[in-house]
Amino acid sequence: MKFVDEFRDAVAARALLDRIRATVTKPWTIMEVCGGQTHTILRYGLDQLLPREITLVHGPGCPVCVTPIEMIDLAIDLSRRPGITLCSFGDMLRVPGSSCDLFDARAAGADVRVVYSPLDALELARREPSREVVFFAVGFETTAPTTAMAVFHASRLNLPNFSVIAAHVRVPPAIEAIVSSDNNRVQGFLAAGHVCAVMGLEEYRPLVEKFKVPIVVTGFEPLDLLQGVAMCAAQLEAGRAELENQYVRSVRTEGNLSARSLMAKIFTTVDRRWRGLDVLPKSALALTDRYAAYDAIRRFDLVHEAAIEPVECRAGEVLRGRLKPPQCPAFGRVCTPEHPLGAPMVSAEGACAAYFHAGRLSTAAMEAK
Amino acid sequence: MNTRDRAVSANSDALQCPLPSRKNDLIVLGHGSGGRLTAELVRTVFLPALSNPILDRLDDSAEMSVGGSRLAFTTDSFVVSPLRFPGGDIGSLAVNGTINDLAVAGAQPLGLSAAFILEEGFPIAELRQVMQSMREASRAAEVPVIAADTKVVERGKADGLFITTSGIGVIPGNLELGPERAQAGDAVLVSGPVGDHGIAVMSAREGLEFEATLVSDCAPLHGLVSAMIDSGSVIRCMRDATRGGVATILNELAKSSGVEIVIDESVVPVRDAVRAACEILGLEPLYVACEGRLVAIVDEAHADRILAAMRRHPLGADACRIGRVTRRGEPRVALRTAFGPTRLLDILAGDQLPRIC
Repeated sequence: MKFVDEFRDAVAARALLDRIRATVTKPWTIMEVCGGQTHTILRYGLDQLLPREITLVHGPGCPVCVTPIEMIDLAIDLSRRPGITLCSFGDMLRVPGSSCDLFDARAAGADVRVVYSPLDALELARREPSREVVFFAVGFETTAPTTAMAVFHASRLNLPNFSVIAAHVRVPPAIEAIVSSDNNRVQGFLAAGHVCAVMGLEEYRPLVEKFKVPIVVTGFEPLDLLQGVAMCAAQLEAGRAELENQYVRSVRTEGNLSARSLMAKIFTTVDRRWRGLDVLPKSALALTDRYAAYDAIRRFDLVHEAAIEPVECRAGEVLRGRLKPPQCPAFGRVCTPEHPLGAPMVSAEGACAAYFHAGRLSTAAMEAK
Repeated sequence: MNTRDRAVSANSDALQCPLPSRKNDLIVLGHGSGGRLTAELVRTVFLPALSNPILDRLDDSAEMSVGGSRLAFTTDSFVVSPLRFPGGDIGSLAVNGTINDLAVAGAQPLGLSAAFILEEGFPIAELRQVMQSMREASRAAEVPVIAADTKVVERGKADGLFITTSGIGVIPGNLELGPERAQAGDAVLVSGPVGDHGIAVMSAREGLEFEATLVSDCAPLHGLVSAMIDSGSVIRCMRDATRGGVATILNELAKSSGVEIVIDESVVPVRDAVRAACEILGLEPLYVACEGRLVAIVDEAHADRILAAMRRHPLGADACRIGRVTRRGEPRVALRTAFGPTRLLDILAGDQLPRIC
């Protein structure tokens, strides 16, 4: 397949691995921020191929995983009200809230539907004017523009029966939270290429300067990740801390200006609690007052109820890169994809699920490492 | 930051994550995925009620001896949405699906029954089209529908049309096939590219359009199976890779035989259009359903001869070897990636879900 196979070439991968081996002289811990990158690493077994000096830890970049439980509860509660059609991406439906997930709510009679895009939800609202169609919008800056576009169109069409629960979050505050935490062990970051394709590079420069930490904007194919690791390791070995762009084929310095301008019109940044990462200042996107009519939280007077958060699941440590999923006592024993304790075991991009499905063969090798 | 947030934040090192609620008091869609939830339902609800030595084998077809003949019997329900998709419809699927469950048991199908559940308001013209398609599939396969039933339910109580077919066939006297027969050293064969049906249906359902039209692989496999058996080679077991795809049935076979199976990712045949669709949707082709492909585990010494026989048949033209049974021991299926490392190819909990970004 053109433009895909080239970035999965085993010969080129070996050359990059040789380059990494020739570069590293001491141990380095590098975090890949995005869950899609974690998935590629485990799918291709890159963690098994890298020299033992390089430890990859998995970041908080799985939108399903960091969505706080109270937000999920709120969506479930809303879905149970008469006249409501709640739409979201497939992954989101299986994430457990306090008492059940959205699939359970659907089985119990709620009108919950899987969509591939917020624009599909908008279309549903046009087709079914008697239903209140609510899109549960999760995701990083990558998916936020499509939500912004849906709200923008709803406003232009004056569509009275469409609204969104905006649970979008931003990457830079998460990197800042990780790198500034007391027991941080991450020395370099592979930033999420698709997020930067939208947002550009500039908001990462202050992080590099303030924390003296290398950040390499990296793509999602195996060669992208190996090249990102090579670039990051070269910086670490040389004592440099710079912002570099590995993913030049998709990421421009300024990002996608039309997407950014639409986002600026529709969203404002707010503080929000992330699952496992605390309340992060300016880490989330909420609708501006001008578009308040399309904000389901305001339209339906939804209240964030404090949720019960027991301690069996150590997703918080996993999401902060302090714990590898197999090191969690619950992993694969009481916590499995069919009975997940936490969101990272649910989503395809969740680190725990990635390890469960792809990584179990290599666990022993990894623990030895 | 409000008071509650502060309380949560003070407690942030308590590593929060929700305890799940998954007691599954109600049926969820995942129970129909063919994955772990389906297996759980079978184990905890169906088998306790209906257990007997034939059913407990959980084979594609049940085998019974009647008057010195070996009969295979099977049943399957079809609830596909939309009813029509590129390469077939619910009618051809209902005929071929049940024929294939008989075929992979090594049986020559004798006849089918068909039961129709119709929703009030369903257009008769559409039913005629489905029947035309069943008739063509039945004729092409030379397997007649010899018994049928119809029920109509109120509008809203079904989704247009559901079909259940059952089938009966005869197994040749000396044929020994079974999911428990795989042995270390055996070859794993697949009869053609995987995932065509699942992606064709998904594209039709979601209105996804690709440059090349994807067509379901829906087809009756008993002719291909006959050709394989007639080659005089040792076949250990066969499965048609429907719900849950090749990965799921390989896991079932590994479990029944108590063996490890290793698949070589770089040789698994997947059409470009299927790969592209899977890339876009975040799906794994090895878990996507086929309706006209079988996986066979065969004696390595006979593998080339069986492959040659398969390739001479139109439905096996692209047959190839995708892996082997490596050893007796902990049942599992592993995938050797193009880069060299091996990873587990597990059974999924429920349906594959399209990813967010």
